[in-house]
Amino acid sequence: MLNYVSKRVLIGILTLLAASIVVFIVLEIVPGDPVRLMLGINATEDAVQALQQQMGLDQPLLTRYFSWIGGLLTGDFGKSYTYSVPVLNLITERIAVSLPLALISLFLSTIIAIPVGLFSASRRGTLADSGTMGIAQIGVAIPNFWFALLLVYVFAVSLRLVPAGGFPGWNAGLWAGFKSLILPSIALGLPQAAILARVTRSALLDVLGEDYIRTARAKGLTRRKVLYRHALRNALIPILTILGLQFAFLLAGTIIIENVFYLPGLGRLVFQAITQRDLIVVEGVVMLLVATVILVNLLVDLSYALVDPRLRGRS
Amino acid sequence: MKHFWKSALAASALVFLSATVSFAAKTDLVLGVVLEPPHLDPTAGAATAIGEVVYANVFEGLTRIDAKGQVLPALAESWTISEDGKVYTFKLHKDVKFHDGTAFDAEDVKFSLDRARGEKSTNPQKPLFASIDTVEVVDPLTVKVTLKQPNGDFLYNMGWAAAVIVAPESADTNKEKPVGTGPFKFDNWAKGSQIVITKNPGYWGTPVALTKATFRIIPDPAAATAALLAGDVQAFPVFPSYEAVAQFQTDPRFKVVIGTTEGETILGMNNKKPPFDNLKVRQAISHAIDRKTVIDGTMFGLGTPIGSFFPPHHPAYLDLTGESAYDPALAKKLLAEAGHADGFKTTLKLPPPVYARRGGEIIAAELREIGIEAEIIPVEWAQWLEQVFKGKDYDLTIVSHTEPNDLNIFARDDYYFNYNNPAFRDVIKQIEATSDTAKRTELYQQAQKILAADAPVAFLFQLPKTGIWDAKVEGLWENGPIPANDLTAVKWAE
Repeated sequence: MLNYVSKRVLIGILTLLAASIVVFIVLEIVPGDPVRLMLGINATEDAVQALQQQMGLDQPLLTRYFSWIGGLLTGDFGKSYTYSVPVLNLITERIAVSLPLALISLFLSTIIAIPVGLFSASRRGTLADSGTMGIAQIGVAIPNFWFALLLVYVFAVSLRLVPAGGFPGWNAGLWAGFKSLILPSIALGLPQAAILARVTRSALLDVLGEDYIRTARAKGLTRRKVLYRHALRNALIPILTILGLQFAFLLAGTIIIENVFYLPGLGRLVFQAITQRDLIVVEGVVMLLVATVILVNLLVDLSYALVDPRLRGRS
Repeated sequence: MKHFWKSALAASALVFLSATVSFAAKTDLVLGVVLEPPHLDPTAGAATAIGEVVYANVFEGLTRIDAKGQVLPALAESWTISEDGKVYTFKLHKDVKFHDGTAFDAEDVKFSLDRARGEKSTNPQKPLFASIDTVEVVDPLTVKVTLKQPNGDFLYNMGWAAAVIVAPESADTNKEKPVGTGPFKFDNWAKGSQIVITKNPGYWGTPVALTKATFRIIPDPAAATAALLAGDVQAFPVFPSYEAVAQFQTDPRFKVVIGTTEGETILGMNNKKPPFDNLKVRQAISHAIDRKTVIDGTMFGLGTPIGSFFPPHHPAYLDLTGESAYDPALAKKLLAEAGHADGFKTTLKLPPPVYARRGGEIIAAELREIGIEAEIIPVEWAQWLEQVFKGKDYDLTIVSHTEPNDLNIFARDDYYFNYNNPAFRDVIKQIEATSDTAKRTELYQQAQKILAADAPVAFLFQLPKTGIWDAKVEGLWENGPIPANDLTAVKWAE
């Protein structure tokens, strides 16, 4: 087990290093100068040069790469070109929104999807099954920004129960912060739930076709007991895989939802940084996301071992 | 029983009190803005979003531009101009303090102007200060600015956001924590979310009615509509969703105010690159575009057609749209005379704003009618600046020039239009050296006529300012002579 973990960690570090090089080079190739964007179309050439010098952008590529990587190793993500504040501050501010949002959405998606999947799988082929799966299909198909706007018009504009968007910050109180995340997490979580429900159902159906299920039933266990004790546990591996992917997506792939609810999340930070060529921010966030994905994958792999005793013995 | 009456009385007093409190006018306002400023120092960044938060609210200059685009005194209470038009002596207001408590005086003015025009300056509008020769402190309340040559625009230039007066103590930290002399103080900025400014109790001038203003950043047009409808924001001075304007016009809870801006929207042409070096080709393109269709299709009918590069609200404006009226037959004829009877293939680079992306589709279709196949290439702002503006690597592009008083860009060397007409440059030189209004009007009109005849670009329309706010909010600007949300006169109606 230990061997397995250390191997995974080593691969993770190498992946991070490779990612840092790719990100740096790709962003270097992208046309567009952050200084020109900041100073606009009336800027004189000497003002442009003065600012480039001030931000250290006149240094050669390699020097900049090593000073950036060196900074990262000591926890210094550098200073944003446009905001001129430490990148790490920007990222932590955004994570305070994106992480709770991702977790609430994931929680919502799980508590809806697994019961629905179980329900459908246990009633395979019935009207109830095709009905719920039909609804799930709609959930997968509906564009989430449209669904989000629908939620806003019903719950914020007409009923005025929650704000239409924005995030007051956690200092405004736990409830105020949570309230502003309700609609976004529903808009994010429900389509994910639809996907997860379909995966749960098909994973369960696969397992239910196995010989040991028939044996368990022949032994005299009830349908229900077989479903929970034998089928669900064995179906957890594909479910966990999807959950891992969904978490990575929910953390940074939520730009559209963040725009509809004007939430200051990571997705919008990256998008804004790209359009403003605030490359150092893009680099910092991408590195963080790569690290998160590696970590989540590692956790998912380890949890396979938890649910599947066979994997525990192998290494 | 006695107790009961006492508490009943107290309770009713409370109810009454809270009722009177709710009748008092509100003194805070939440405004929606589309773009988040990169930072809050107008002397270090060109983004209009900076001025939209801090201009006239947090920072002030020697002069200021008002809602009508006129120059008014600000930190300078008065000034005199020497006979030859080269020496400006500004008399400053006394007892003015920066928000951090440091006193404002002539030294701060000298510091700000010298910093903006200095060698290490990163001021985005450095050309505004190019005509200054020396800045001298006469006494703590008097500053003498000597120009290299007379400049009729000097007082106007000193009213730009990039020319605000900053203190040496706080100049380097203004990006994060702006310290000015204005009626509002910076309070806090939750990045990506909102910026809050509060009333400055120690303000030297007329106190403002609002105690707090919040600028909430809402980039998505659909979200902007929802935020107004839900009451989360009470004003959207530059509302981004043109298609939703009609919906608000019929809603009595809101006031819809369509004003003008300094944004001349044009179809830029590379005047050095064939076939656009041929006047007839440029004229053909101008005649091939139906401005009304473009405005209807792009801006839902909002926006004023222009025939030259001058804002229609300016007293010296001439309506020259007739010079390039929509006439596809004439356009085809001109194209044939230029030797392109069968048309040609070209490219059209479009930056992100909706006027460019939607307008580009319409214009490409109209050009196809006269045989010109324009391939549409969408670009980001960073790419646009790099390729079109700096690299001049383009054929056609659509962009709105939102800077005020920018007729002179057609007289610049090496500008991205690649347009060079000595006669036009001469008129611009004369304008810069003239301060007499009647004479300037005449020159402005002459310049407009030259541009309309030369068609260095195709002139499309003046960008509108679509303001929507709560019907009870008063005092917001109708027009956008400069990028600003001046809150000095804003209040809630009783």
